[in-house]
This record gives sequence, structure tokens and C-alpha cells, in this order.
Amino acid sequence: MLKVLLSRLGQAALVMLVVSAVSFVMFRYVGDPVATMSRENASVEEKAELRRSLGLDQPLLVQYGRFLTRTLRGDLGISYRNQRPVTQLIAERLPATLELVIVATVLSLALGIPLGVLCALKPNGMAARLVQALSLVGISTPTFVTGIVLILVFAVTLGWLPSFGRGQIVSIGWWSTGFLTASGLKSLLLPGITLALYQLTLIMRLVRAEMIDVLSSDYIRFARARGLPSRYIHFRLALRNALMPVITVTGLQIGSLIAFAIVTETVFQWPGMGLLFIQAVSFVDIPVMAAYLLFVGLLFVLINTVVDILYAVVDPRLRARSA
Amino acid sequence: MKARLAASLTVAASALMGAPAEAKTLRWASPTDITTLDPYAHTESFTTSMLHHVFDPLVRRSRTLELEPALAVSWNTVKPDTWRFELRRNVKFHNGNPFTADDVVASINRILDPGARARGNLATVAKAEKVDDFTVDIVTKGPYPLLLNDLAGIYIMDKEWMEANDALKPGNIATGVTTAASTTAVGTGPFKIESYKPDAGTSFVVNRDWWDKAQHNLTRIEFKPVKSDATRVAALLSGELDLIAPAPLQDLQRISSSQGFKVIEEPSLRLIMLSLNFRPELKAMPGQKNPLLDLKVRQAMWQAIDLDTIKKRVMRDKSRKTGTLVAPPVPGYAKENDEPLAYDPNKAKQLLTEAGYPNGFKTKLNCPNDRYINDEQTCVAIASMWAKAGIQAELQTESRATYFPRQDRGEFDVSMVGWATLPPMDGFSVLSSLLTEQREGYGGSNAGTYSNPQIEELTRKAAVELDEGKRRAMLVEALKVAHDTVAYIPLHQQPVAWAVRDGVDVPQFSDEYVRLWFATVK
Repeated sequence: MLKVLLSRLGQAALVMLVVSAVSFVMFRYVGDPVATMSRENASVEEKAELRRSLGLDQPLLVQYGRFLTRTLRGDLGISYRNQRPVTQLIAERLPATLELVIVATVLSLALGIPLGVLCALKPNGMAARLVQALSLVGISTPTFVTGIVLILVFAVTLGWLPSFGRGQIVSIGWWSTGFLTASGLKSLLLPGITLALYQLTLIMRLVRAEMIDVLSSDYIRFARARGLPSRYIHFRLALRNALMPVITVTGLQIGSLIAFAIVTETVFQWPGMGLLFIQAVSFVDIPVMAAYLLFVGLLFVLINTVVDILYAVVDPRLRARSA
Repeated sequence: MKARLAASLTVAASALMGAPAEAKTLRWASPTDITTLDPYAHTESFTTSMLHHVFDPLVRRSRTLELEPALAVSWNTVKPDTWRFELRRNVKFHNGNPFTADDVVASINRILDPGARARGNLATVAKAEKVDDFTVDIVTKGPYPLLLNDLAGIYIMDKEWMEANDALKPGNIATGVTTAASTTAVGTGPFKIESYKPDAGTSFVVNRDWWDKAQHNLTRIEFKPVKSDATRVAALLSGELDLIAPAPLQDLQRISSSQGFKVIEEPSLRLIMLSLNFRPELKAMPGQKNPLLDLKVRQAMWQAIDLDTIKKRVMRDKSRKTGTLVAPPVPGYAKENDEPLAYDPNKAKQLLTEAGYPNGFKTKLNCPNDRYINDEQTCVAIASMWAKAGIQAELQTESRATYFPRQDRGEFDVSMVGWATLPPMDGFSVLSSLLTEQREGYGGSNAGTYSNPQIEELTRKAAVELDEGKRRAMLVEALKVAHDTVAYIPLHQQPVAWAVRDGVDVPQFSDEYVRLWFATVK
């Protein structure tokens, strides 16, 4: 067991190293921070001086080496744009993104599972067909279109919900939450729905397929033959078994929701990590971009490692193979 | 924050119903945010304009953009390189500390620090010296006519506060030093910052002890950055905002046709022009002589552009055609220089034939797609207009983040430039940055390496000329040479378009600054 754990962690470290190297090479092509940092009428000498003071005149390998040693010491540097420590910037934004992701996940599970069951139980009913058709729309509409349409309907036309921002937030230590105020909860709805939409359709379709599969298996038929109530069969026996893959997928999806909340956050001016990253890209704020990519890399590595280890715990065959 | 917003909404509503409401809140949004509260740690004009609500400079721009006394009440030049400023008395910082000469000296020293990002904005100042508690001498490196223009962008900070918070020197990325000034602003200005949350919003409350008589009636400003154009417009129309600046051109029609909202417009100082490659070869035609070196070719390129069509179709009739490199309010502007060469495709062809290119030539045309208003569309239009005259322009557009570094490195043949002469708001900046050779601190943005001995000489003379009349004549003369030699091809003056709800009165300025100490809300 320990051996599995160690080899997984070793692989994780290697992945992180590759992520950092790839992102560092990529920065060469996103632009030049000196151009965005210096004043419009800066002289050539002024720009060269700035480039030198940032160490950007050094060869790429030297820059990467410096970055690596700093990062290993836990120092992610200072934002070129805000002149504030990057760790502080990320800590400020993390709660906003995580709360949005929690809402999106809860929404997609709370709606996706019942709808999936509905479609599986009455595959030819009117409701099921409608849901199926709508799910196609949900899966194929780009996030920014969904977001703008929701804003136009619920904020501009109906005036029920705010069109941007987090509303009133309450600080608990370094964490800031929108869950404790009415305006905070209202503000979570539209971006939460926008972000949830894709995952919702995914979960709905997954539940539907699994349910149909399970419902035709032997033990369900025996349960029916025994005369058990259909409610018991559907929800206690069938759904439980159908949910196993849903849990795995939801877990993995949380990672991508955090990483890809960028579009939703931009449309709703949600002050989370995605918005921080987008602004860092347009300013060529290398320390912030590097930290964000490392964070997202770390997130995926962590989730996958945990999943791998869990599999090994659950399935003895995997343990034997790697041993 | 939203509760406050809701509170301000009820306040606004009760005000409309005629209740005796004292509180007046202005809620507004722009696509960019305040990058830092440290006035010397950035070079962005938007952040400068926002911090002007909190800080005062020694001299400031009036409602008509003239320079007028602010924290300095008067000044005179003791020697050609020494200016003496008499300071305003009985001014207090937001923390209650009195404003004195020590604050001015400490502030100037702070921006002259090698680690100050904005140091270039005061590059010609050598030092500041206290004469007495309310008199300061500022010494320049040689005679310098634009000192007041520069000082209008230099905000005065509180020395005691800086000492107490270890912020006498600005933050420095290279050494990893950050200071409390990045997130706290203590100034003398008309508003105090109540909270600053990057990307979420900044709240200002009125400073009742401001030294000047307030022309605004605001008690509070809620600023929200909203990056997405569509969301910003939606938030205005849904009543969550009172002002958006800028308003996207494609939505102006929709906003002004909505009841209760209007669009306000003003030509901006920013001129859009094409920079030309004056090197021996074009990137598009390696190994051959650069056709752009021939004046007739440059004239032909100018005459092949239909500026009226660009104005009407691309800029939706909101821009102003221009023939010179500075906008009318800026010193150095002269009406006689402001005539574009007339659109005449036949003349253009004829000029190309005379220059030895009867079948035209090939060039690259590079443009940003996220920097100026409708920049990409403008270039698409130009490429197709040139094609009719036989000039085959290979168009490439990209984001500003990669575009400007490439332009700086001289990788382009023909490329788009926008110039607003800011912060000095003076035609000299066109001469010193765009029209002079790259040496001795000059020519910082002269990517095409244009060079003209007459302009070189005029620029160096104007740099030290303290007689304003003579100086302006030099600027006009140099800009005439630039026009006649087609140093750049000027296209148009960008509009500034904002949108407000009815009852909000905000003056607009051609430098695109938002100055809410002139705003009133009903």
C-alpha cells in the first residue's frame, strides 16, 4: 500500500514539474510584460532598464531555474500588475471560485439525478423527450451565450437577480462567503446555473444510461418478481447502483469546474480565480499566470491521485498488479 | 456590498419620491479596474484618473482642462531650472495630518526612487527642496517647459503616514518589496476610499474637509469593474448602475433608445494613425528596395484610404477625420496641418506609377484587435481599399499583449498606432516619442525609424524653450514637416462614449478621465 502511495506521489511530482516547464515556455508567446508595464511614451532606455530589473533579459533556462527555486521555497513572487504577493491574491479569490463551484455542483446533482431517473423510467414519455431535447441545447450552447441570455432575462427584463458581482459578502477569517446574506445568495444563482448547465446535462445523461442498464439486470427483475414496491426498487435498489459512476465523474468534474470557471467569471464579473487569470493574461502578469497554472495542475494531480488510491483500496486486484 | 447597493437604491428611490434624502450615491462601472492604490507604482491612465479622487496634485486640470492651482497656490521660476511653489495652507490629509512642504518633498523623493514604476512621468526633475513649511523648490535637469503638465499627474502623499507604514519607498517587484500603499490610500482629495477589493469594487465616501468648494453633490461612489461589455450594458439597463464608461459603440443605439438612459459623447484626444517602416527593406519584400521610402508612395497610400467610409461604416459616424498627429485641444495643433490628403484612388494609382510601381507592391499590415475602438475592422477596411489601388497588404491582427512588443522590436511594415499625448497633454510628446530617432531618451515609440533632421532640431529646441509662444510655434512647424513628409498616416480621432441614466450629470473630458468631483446626481 505504502509502495503504491509513494509511486503515485512520485508521478504527481513529475507531472507538476512538466506543467511548470510547459507553462514557462508558453509565457514567451503570450507577450512581453515590459510593454504593458511601461508608460506609453517610455524611451527605449527606460524599457531596457525595466526588462533588466525584472530579470527578463536572462536566458529562458536561467529564468526557469530562478522560478523553480523560488517556488520550491514557497514564494510565488509578486504580481507585476498589482505589486502584491501572488499567494495573497490567490487566497483572496479562492473563496469566490469555490463557492461558485459548490453551487454549480449542488445544482447539477440536485437537478441532474431526478431528471435522469425520470428519463430512464419513462423513456418515451413527453417529459422525458422534452428534457432530452433541452439537454442537447444545454450541452451545445457556449457558456457566454447562456450567461448573457440569463442576464437579459432575469436581470434586465424581470429585474429579479443582479447581473454581476458577488453581492454582499461576509468575512470569516480569510474566507469570504456569499452564503450568509440574501444578496449574496441571489448573486450566486445566475453564475451558478451558467456554470452548472454543462455538468447538469452530463450527469442527467449518465444517470439515465446507468439506470436503464441497471433496470434490465437480473436482481431488479427478481425484486419485481418478489412483488417489492416499485418505488423501493427504483430508488433503493436501482438508483444506488447507478450512482457509482456518477460520483466518480462528479469528483473529476469539480476540478474542471474550478479550472474552467473563467468564462462564467468573466461574464458575471465574478471576482474569482478565473477572472484573476484572464486579467493576468491580458497584462502578461507572469507570476500570477504561473501560480494559477501550478494551482490548477496541482488540483488535477491531487484529485487523480486520490481517485487512484481509492481504486486501489476498493479493488485488491489493482494493488496486486502494481506490487 | 450588495446590501449597500440595495440601500443606495432605496435612497435613490426615496430621493426620486421627493423625500429629504441627503445621501447621493453614484454607482458606475468601467471595463478596467484600479490596479493599485499606490500612485507611483503603475503607469495606467485609468488608475491615475481614479486615484485623483483621493489625492491632489500640486496643479490640476480644470473643467476646461486648463492647468490650475491645487495644492500649490502659485509658482514662479527662480532660475531657468528652479521652480518655486507656494503651497496651500490649512489642508488636511484624510487621517487628519496637516499638509506641509515636507509631504511634497517626501512624495517627490518617492517617485524619483529607482524602484518607482512611474518614475518616467517625472524624468526631468532632479530634486525637491523645502524652503519653509509652505514653500518648495523643484529643480529640473536643465530648463524644462512642461514641468506643470508633469506635476498635474503627481499626487502628494502624507509623509507621516508613509513613515509609520514603512512606505517611504514604493514597492519594487525586482526586490520583492511590497508596501501598505498598494492597498491603502491617504490623500487630501475630495473622496476617501472606504474599501478596495480588486475585481469586485471600490467604495469612496465624500471628504467633508476637502480644501476646495465641492461642485459635486455626491456622498458616495460605488465603483465596479465589469470587464464584459454586454454585462456592463445590461447592468446599466437593469438599474444596477448609474454610469458606464466607456459604453461599447455597438450598443449606443440600443442604450439611447431605452427609456431613462442616454449616451454622452465627446471626441477623445487619442488619434489613430498608421506607422510606416522606413528601414531599407520591407519585411514583405526582402531583398528589394523599400517602396515606402518614396514620398510619392506614402502619399498614394494616404490618398487610397477612404476616411469618410471608415468613419461612417466602421466608426458608426462617431469619430472625427484627422490630417495631423495631435487633437485640437492639445498645444501644437494647427488647423492648417489638419487636412488629410483627399481620397482619390486614381491619383493614388498615378502616384504609384510615377514612383515606379505601376502594378503596386506588397506590404504587411499589422493591427491590434483589442486596443483601440474597432481597430481590427479599421484595418480590414484599409486593406481592401489599398487592394483597389494595387497595394497588396497582408493583414495580421493580434492581441495587444503580443502586438506592442513586436511593434517595439520593429517587426512591422505598416502598423496601427494610437497616440493621446498623455499624461502631459502636449504636442511635444508626439515629437519626442514618435518623430525622433531612438537615442538619448527620444523616439521611444518610433517603431518605423522615421527620421528628419529638421524635426530633430526643432524637438531639441522645443525641449528647453520656456517661452510658450515660441515653443508652440516650434511644435506646429515640426508637425507640418511630419504632415508634408507623410511621417505617419493619420486616420481618425477616437470618440469617448459613456452612457448614464437620466438624472446623472457627469462632464466628459477628451483625455477620457472620469472626474466625479464635477458630477451631480438627482
